[in-house]
Amino acid sequence: MSLNANTARAASGAIAGAGEPDHGRKAPRPTKGMFKKTGATQESPAVNAVLTFILSIGAIVMAAPLVWMVSTSLKTKEGVYSLPPEWIPDPFVWDTYVRVFDDTYVLSGIKNSLIVAISVTVIGTVFSSLAAFALAKLRLPGKNAIFLMLLSGMMVPFPTLMIPQFVMFSKIGWVDTLLPLIVPVILGNVIMIFFLRQYLHNVPDSLVEAAKIDGASYLKIFWTMILPLIRPAIAAQFILWFMAVWNDYLAPIIYLNSPEKQTLQVVIANMNVQYATQRDYPLIMAASVISVIPILIVFLIFQRQIIESIALTGSKT
Amino acid sequence: MATTTDTEQVTSTWTKADQKAARKRSAALHRKEHGWAAAFMAAPVIGWVAFLLFPMGFSIYASMTNWNGIGNMTFIGLDNYTRLVQDPYFWKALWNTVFYMIGIPIGLAISLALALALSRKIRGRTFFRTVYYIPVISSLAAIAILWQWAYNGDFGLVNQALSLVGIDGPNWLQDPTFAKPALIIMAVWKGLGYSTLLYLAAVQAVPRSLYEAASLDGASGWKKFTKITWPMVQPVTFFLVVTNIIAGSMIFTEINIMTPTGGPSWSTASLVWYVWNQAFRNLQMGYATAMALVLGILVLIVTVIQFRINRANDFSID
Repeated sequence: MSLNANTARAASGAIAGAGEPDHGRKAPRPTKGMFKKTGATQESPAVNAVLTFILSIGAIVMAAPLVWMVSTSLKTKEGVYSLPPEWIPDPFVWDTYVRVFDDTYVLSGIKNSLIVAISVTVIGTVFSSLAAFALAKLRLPGKNAIFLMLLSGMMVPFPTLMIPQFVMFSKIGWVDTLLPLIVPVILGNVIMIFFLRQYLHNVPDSLVEAAKIDGASYLKIFWTMILPLIRPAIAAQFILWFMAVWNDYLAPIIYLNSPEKQTLQVVIANMNVQYATQRDYPLIMAASVISVIPILIVFLIFQRQIIESIALTGSKT
Repeated sequence: MATTTDTEQVTSTWTKADQKAARKRSAALHRKEHGWAAAFMAAPVIGWVAFLLFPMGFSIYASMTNWNGIGNMTFIGLDNYTRLVQDPYFWKALWNTVFYMIGIPIGLAISLALALALSRKIRGRTFFRTVYYIPVISSLAAIAILWQWAYNGDFGLVNQALSLVGIDGPNWLQDPTFAKPALIIMAVWKGLGYSTLLYLAAVQAVPRSLYEAASLDGASGWKKFTKITWPMVQPVTFFLVVTNIIAGSMIFTEINIMTPTGGPSWSTASLVWYVWNQAFRNLQMGYATAMALVLGILVLIVTVIQFRINRANDFSID
């Protein structure tokens, strides 16, 4: 926090233009110092202390419900109702997590959610990146019209399509199977196509042209040249898409009736209705914890990539 | 493009037969490229036709029928639409849906403040960022279940916390006055991390030289915020408003989980919840389709208006 270090950084930031993301740039409140002419990037330690305090309160508010969820899942059925509330369960009831797998459809829910999420994202990513490659780098009359046509799909909310889609799938007997959750989305994700196409615009056309002259097939160009180039963009979009499919609730609730065919989100929502009447809140909370944990782990592992890709989402629009 | 210019340039030295052969070859190459390009785009295009265009067309017809989804469709013209205009539940659901959007400006204001704070050199910034982001990645179904319990009038976390500061909280989800605010608070809590992240990236991308120049001119912190930060993060604000309004118009999961009957005196039922209820519980497929189409058109109109306004306000510092 020395003045020298700060001004040096400010100077180098001004020269580089972009600057390093780690450095604060802005004092949201008027600085009191009258003669601090160069104090533009100087941060007052007092203000920062106050902000840290406010951020900590905020962090408690953000985390408390989730901590509460974990804590409740480990309580006894009666412990849930103790006043004042106990944050540390007494006694710890680990057995609830055994019951949640033995007595409920959580396990089949996890399996079904995995089937849907993995098949959709893996195959859908292949289709999306092939389409993005063709849209960005190959010649086809009217391809921009095709792109705009695909983009128009982003404007149509799913609830507008859900009834006719449901009727279509019920006509071919796909209700109560996972297929209606997979087939319409597996053919490609417009958002992913959009971002990959943007990303590919930074790849010079001459690279692709050169490969064509060398006689490489289009599939080979895609596989050996394009795919490695866009891998970071794919990874980021893939994770976001996976989370969206994993957390989806409206489409599964429309199609899936039998408990053993339901995805995890529908299973826990139904448990919420079923076990609330039995006052078994620890079991409900345990199921909720289980539905959050896998995504949380993925997030903590890929945090940097996810955050970068989300920041990119905002700046590209 | 490159291939055609090449052939033109060397025309003079080529015989007619050569030219013809070359043109044929390049045409064949082009055809091959077109074929592959079309093949690569085929999957999403097929998906678009089968699961967007066709259902849309079908929707328009179905919305003009009396139909339970299984039996015959009886054509009744625009009756579903006149029914919709006279349906108090439709208007109530629309009003509730619009009301929920109060959460959008509140959430954005808090997020921007958080982003400004996090852009400073504060110890534990990464930790804060992670904590604020965890609700975003958590499944909405789980979050809704959790908050339903947290809003419990007697044993819920929310009223426990309020009692610490001496407030006797209401029975949130059972109270027509507090049910909607309860859902808004939860939505703000869940979405905060996402908008904070986008704002943080935007705030950090503002060239520092702008602030330095402003300081030299003696600008106050507030002035720097209104004249530099706010205009510079405007694209992110626009993006968040547009996406939040679209997402907000589709609010369903938390409504259905937290208030399965549409809330006390129907105070929480959203439009999508009403559509879903009519279509899949009451089997009023024709009527529900009409409402779903109206929803789609409303979203489209609002989005177009926003893009218009955004273009009029386009602003850049250079």
